[in-house]
Amino acid sequence: MTDGQGLKTAGGKAAGGMLSQLMGGILGGGIRVVDLTMTLQPDAPTIVMPPEFGQTWPFRMEEISRYDHRGPFCYWNNLSCGEHTGTHFDAPIHWVSGKDLPENATDTIPVEKFIAHACVVDCSAQAAADPDFLLRQDAVEDWEAEHGPIPPRSWLLMRTDWSQKHNPVDYMNMTGDGAHTPGPHETLIPWLIEERDVIGFGCEAVGTDAGQAQHFNVPFPCHYHMHGNNRFGLPALTNLDALPPQGAVLITPPLKIRQGSGSPARILALVETP
Amino acid sequence: MTTALPPPKKKDPVQRTRQPTLPPGNRSREAHGLTAMAAIGRFALQTCAACGQVQYPPRQVCGNCLADDLPWRDVAPGGSLLAETRLHHANDLFFRDRLPWRLGVVRMDAGPSVVVHLAEDCQQGMRVRLSLNLDRSGHAVMSARPETPGPEWEDDLQLRELTTDPKDRRVLIVNGKTDLGLALAQGFSAAGAREIFVGHAEPWKASPALDAAKAVGGVTLFPLDVTDTDSVQELAAVLGGKVEIMVNNSYHLRPGGAVDRLDMNISRQEMDIHYFGLLRLAGTFGPAMRARGADGAHGACAWVNVFSAYAQVNNPAFGTYSASQAAAWSLAQCLRAELMPGGIRVVNAFTGPLDDEWHQMVPPPKLTSDMVAGRIVDALQKGREDVAIGAVAEEIMQRLAENPKEIEREITL
Repeated sequence: MTDGQGLKTAGGKAAGGMLSQLMGGILGGGIRVVDLTMTLQPDAPTIVMPPEFGQTWPFRMEEISRYDHRGPFCYWNNLSCGEHTGTHFDAPIHWVSGKDLPENATDTIPVEKFIAHACVVDCSAQAAADPDFLLRQDAVEDWEAEHGPIPPRSWLLMRTDWSQKHNPVDYMNMTGDGAHTPGPHETLIPWLIEERDVIGFGCEAVGTDAGQAQHFNVPFPCHYHMHGNNRFGLPALTNLDALPPQGAVLITPPLKIRQGSGSPARILALVETP
Repeated sequence: MTTALPPPKKKDPVQRTRQPTLPPGNRSREAHGLTAMAAIGRFALQTCAACGQVQYPPRQVCGNCLADDLPWRDVAPGGSLLAETRLHHANDLFFRDRLPWRLGVVRMDAGPSVVVHLAEDCQQGMRVRLSLNLDRSGHAVMSARPETPGPEWEDDLQLRELTTDPKDRRVLIVNGKTDLGLALAQGFSAAGAREIFVGHAEPWKASPALDAAKAVGGVTLFPLDVTDTDSVQELAAVLGGKVEIMVNNSYHLRPGGAVDRLDMNISRQEMDIHYFGLLRLAGTFGPAMRARGADGAHGACAWVNVFSAYAQVNNPAFGTYSASQAAAWSLAQCLRAELMPGGIRVVNAFTGPLDDEWHQMVPPPKLTSDMVAGRIVDALQKGREDVAIGAVAEEIMQRLAENPKEIEREITL
């Protein structure tokens, strides 16, 4: 039973605990739920590998029926895609550096890790000026001076407004030397892990590493270090401009795929409104 | 003189589109020998192995000596026009739609006298050149045009019924991001195509060929990914009623076979692009094209598939690729039957190795894109149905005809 304000137990006694307060905030105001997820659709670009390597499947859907001769009562589809398609969760087993860690796959990661606080660093102006912009430690320290320290076990989200590039050509921004999209500097990631104990790194581009990251000293340092330390990735986020610098809570569960290296996920943020 | 064909006008939207009709269709098993010759553009007739008499129409025993060994041999295509006539009435719906229709009797240099479809600029007593053509039913007929044709002979309306000339027609090239896609766009532009629609997938991957295709006269680019049902459906909704010649040049080659390289992702992608891609195109563009087979002198007429000759015999160095080509070829035979009621010809081009990145390790001879495109345009102009392009493809067809076991055992790169 509910009374429209909060939850009641089966016996009718008001459940005045924390969850009741949370639901009160969600239903009655005070907590906004923000969708950080891009729509899965066939023309969404997926990460590009050299053609002699294996390739991820793009998102595809085939209609099973639509209230027609194939099924008069229902509309539904068959789907196919790679684990790293659209807005998705990167598990540590995705990278060679994280292959032998415990609880490193979508089916074995402890579920409480799928709810975590988020720090949002606004790099939108820098990314607009330079598509190869790299977020560095000193910039994050400046951000902390203004917004407070990064609490342990938080997501570090790099807001670039890159997800507002709806043309896939602009979004991928590929030239003869690879993609040109913003991401973390290779020295930032070890610092975030060792000094700030983040749970992972999220961003708006197609992958958590910068477009040029295959040319870095450690190629793809965000993948290498984050997953090597059993941390996670959240690429292809959107609506980060709707989050406060501190205080949002992210809900990020991937599909429970056996030994999954990641999965498309509906990423939600809970944001307190004054 | 051939009457010049005026360029197509914009369609009057309140006029009904005429439904396709077909010329009479039944042929004997022997007569399909003519179909086989017409399909590949040979002018060959049964020739008695015993007495040498050239036979027409095809038969089981020699009309002269009753011997039953009548191999098909190329014969001289020349003759003289004995008589001509112009039909002004027909009960058959196909000819009724196209009256008046010219017919003639030609005394062939090779011996027989034959009834032929006659080009407009043929006159009695004239030396003519005969050819075997496929009609809209897909059956072989003989046609005649002057040995030295006059200007604009290719505008002849009767001959256009027997060919699939791209002149003044609208063409869709499925994949503009390969060198062959570019060469096809250039080839169709040079052949006088009215408009050339060029598809391209994955726009975030740059393509010099596509950049160059943009500059070709008459070309407009459209997003098209044959692995995406939505994408194909959307383009069919936009262009389905305009495409008069479809060119499915989808191409995805990766080396490797089954035992030495089990990779389901590569193999599925080959099938997705070659087989399911053709299926998606067929199911979306096919109905509109079939319905427009009689839409004036510039109606829908042809569906070209660019296949590898390895569709016909598996090359284990490209084992799963060959298998996906075989699947697509089989589907093309289905498509051929399904488009036939609209008079739409399915033209299957079988190529040898192309001189491209994915054939780097293949020794020559390799085909340039220009040569492949040129042969495809030529096949459409002449009304062919099966085209072997290049020495490798020709040799594969020949060896398959002679001894399929031999080439199955011996095929290498």
